[in-house]
Amino acid sequence: MNTLVYTFHFYLFGLIAIASALAFVTRKSAVAAALWLVNTMFCLSALFVMLDAQFIAAVQVLVYAGAIMVVFLFVVMLLNLGQLSDVTDIRGLGSKLTAGFVGLVMLAELFALSRLKFPRLMGAMTDHANVVNPVSAPLFHEYLLPFEVTSVVLLVAVIGAVVLAKRGPRSQ
Amino acid sequence: MIAEALFFSAVLFIIGVAGVLIRRNAIIIFMCVELMLNAVNLSFIALARLHGSTTGQVFVLFVMTVAAAEAAVGLAIVISIFRHHKSVDLRNINLLKG
Repeated sequence: MNTLVYTFHFYLFGLIAIASALAFVTRKSAVAAALWLVNTMFCLSALFVMLDAQFIAAVQVLVYAGAIMVVFLFVVMLLNLGQLSDVTDIRGLGSKLTAGFVGLVMLAELFALSRLKFPRLMGAMTDHANVVNPVSAPLFHEYLLPFEVTSVVLLVAVIGAVVLAKRGPRSQ
Repeated sequence: MIAEALFFSAVLFIIGVAGVLIRRNAIIIFMCVELMLNAVNLSFIALARLHGSTTGQVFVLFVMTVAAAEAAVGLAIVISIFRHHKSVDLRNINLLKG
């Protein structure tokens, strides 16, 4: 019974995520597209919880849905792209055919790969009471150097964003 | 559940690729890239679950950091392009087109 409920919710959230992603790609308005993408991210976060990654699920909601998408919506608002234009921004027939071809090739690859047998679960995440420690321990021991490098990446990104988005002295 | 999670991840990635190929709005193309990064994160989490280790989750944290940095720089570039061309339509940004 428990497994059935789990399977049902897994498929439910997965299918909602895919449907929202399809809606996101086909919406004309940038704001509607962004909100559908937020819906996809919430569903992905539910899948993360079901795959025993509770901390990452929380971070997904906070960072992706809460921070990155807000930045996207802010840019849409700043550039005043909210209203629909008469001309659709979906490309012409050539690009659609290319996209369809690439999609078909990747789907064929997907079905070829899905015939592979997956090994059984190799281990269980037993400690459900403590979800942060199993993530943070490797982060601060094994992967301490990459973790510190990401802070440099973020610093460079912040400086780069400010330099790029600032009005130059000529344009004032 | 691992096979299903990888299947969902692949489908989301394909939708992201198709979005990059068929849209012309630069901001929506950026959001499609974010969707692809999310799909990859789902594979990371599923395979981490398969192996019963949390190393995959650590890598998801790194991917999120890089995605945040990429969104900040990319949107700054979009803003400066908009200042130049008064549009974010990729049809108007064809300086490198042969």
